[in-house]
Amino acid sequence: MENSALNIVVLVKYVPDAQFDRHLTGDARTIDRSESILSELDEYALEAALALTDARGGAKAGNNVTALTVGPASAAVAVKKSLQIGATQGLHVSDEALAGSDASATSLVLAAAIKSLGPVDLVITGMASTDAETSIVPAQLAARLGLPQITFASALDVAGTTVTARRDGDDFSEEIQATLPALVSVTDQANDPRYPNFKGILAAKKKKVTTVSLAELGVSPDAVGHAGSLTQVTAAAERPARTAGTIITDSGDAGIQLVDFLAAQKLI
Amino acid sequence: MSAIVVFVDQLDAPGKLSGTATQLLTLARSAGEPVAVVAGPVGAEVLAELGAYGVARVLNSEQAELAQYLVAPKADLVAQAAAAVSASAVLVDNSAAGKEIAARVGVTLNAGVITDAVTVTADGGTLLAHKSVLAGSWTVEARATSAVSVIAVKSHAVEAAAAAAPSAPAVEAVAVAFAPASLGARVVSRTPRAASGRPELEDARIVVAGGRGVDGDFTPIEELADVLGAAVGASRAATDAGWISHASQVGQTGKKVSPQLYISVGISGAIQQKAGMQTSKLIVAVNKDSESPIFEIADFGIVGDLFQVLPQAVEEIKRRRA
Repeated sequence: MENSALNIVVLVKYVPDAQFDRHLTGDARTIDRSESILSELDEYALEAALALTDARGGAKAGNNVTALTVGPASAAVAVKKSLQIGATQGLHVSDEALAGSDASATSLVLAAAIKSLGPVDLVITGMASTDAETSIVPAQLAARLGLPQITFASALDVAGTTVTARRDGDDFSEEIQATLPALVSVTDQANDPRYPNFKGILAAKKKKVTTVSLAELGVSPDAVGHAGSLTQVTAAAERPARTAGTIITDSGDAGIQLVDFLAAQKLI
Repeated sequence: MSAIVVFVDQLDAPGKLSGTATQLLTLARSAGEPVAVVAGPVGAEVLAELGAYGVARVLNSEQAELAQYLVAPKADLVAQAAAAVSASAVLVDNSAAGKEIAARVGVTLNAGVITDAVTVTADGGTLLAHKSVLAGSWTVEARATSAVSVIAVKSHAVEAAAAAAPSAPAVEAVAVAFAPASLGARVVSRTPRAASGRPELEDARIVVAGGRGVDGDFTPIEELADVLGAAVGASRAATDAGWISHASQVGQTGKKVSPQLYISVGISGAIQQKAGMQTSKLIVAVNKDSESPIFEIADFGIVGDLFQVLPQAVEEIKRRRA
């Protein structure tokens, strides 16, 4: 079957860099988003999309990869990075009412944003965000859009209108198939993400980023943010930092000292 | 008392309840009236076990679609059964599939979803979930504000305990009306993954994990794990190198474990690895590089050659037990 051009949406999230200490702040106990970056797990989703569109002749052949984010003005950084890596256009849903949205509210906004793009062949996401880490937005988005859901794909291919993926569970490795349009989430085993190169960074400046408000998507502010979220964080505490204990250098009996430690802890 | 649905999957390993299922039933009984929603057959043994845990009602479906398509049909079953019994809460295990069932049930029932709960407590009629976030650096308490709460609960959130008086549950067959898109992702083939015979990573009291430092040879790790009755874990560097199955990966994109003891061997301890293990009760590290960040969080650290230290420890444990 002929491989025609694909119209793909990739979800990208602007998340606090996990290399630094991360904090919950304010009465609502939301994540402090200073020191943020494009979620590294979203780079696998973007790579999966670009590998499919590259194989079909790229943007010149009518393929399209839209990097979609929902978040504050600063989240535009995640879209910009995606364009530098190779996405063809960006869509940024930005609205003050969004602050504090849980997965349910976020998936509602994402569904409205994707519908605003017209017919789409594939929605590709990462396996989780690296901040909230719930992994539930892809499943909620598939349910809201009425798309087949192929999640945790460690390999992905599209031939004609059939998408085939491998899902590696603890007990089984499964091959899953669906007919386009579909939603796929990919793991960090799916590919090796490319880095933006100089040409990509220059080209990104000419790519189109559309910023839309909730009103433009027809989403009520009451359906998002703290008001529209169905979960609430009622308490939060920073875990005391772990501190180093006893560190020894092996002088021939470290294995025996290890056993002494385990015995003292009643673990053997 | 309101009904609390516990999802029980009997499709892959029928005939016995999983450890997590008995824990969830115990939790449900402490907060309401436990209702088991079973995908697959309800054999006599399973029915007796459900009764022993005080389950009053069992709803089940053996419709072929539940196994033929990925996750979504199970979510349809759970959502429709929860609505039929007017459940106030739905509890599922915290596996990848469990979380996705929770996600979709949340959309269908317009219910708040909380994942990765390490403990769940009942506050009047509301369930409070406690979880670790931001790579284990924070703990939060969360609740659903909707009429129904959907919670994916990790193993060992509660200790499984049979009811004081067993019940004799009746089994009601449910005819699930699957949404068209739920029958969109077809399972074409399934290949069983080799079982190690060791404890499951997320269930184990002790985990011994190896990283780049094992240089392709997991034998010392496995030998120490076996004398300790431990599960074997690995860093992403070791699974990416193909030295051990990706299912053994501990970290941000692998398993997140909190055992009594985590023995980290030949692993530097990058943030992605810490995200999967730093809520362990005790951490022991063996690494030849004294500058490895793992030593910053180790309760007991050994700067040394793992190929010397681990076999010596194994021999010493055997000697003391002899």
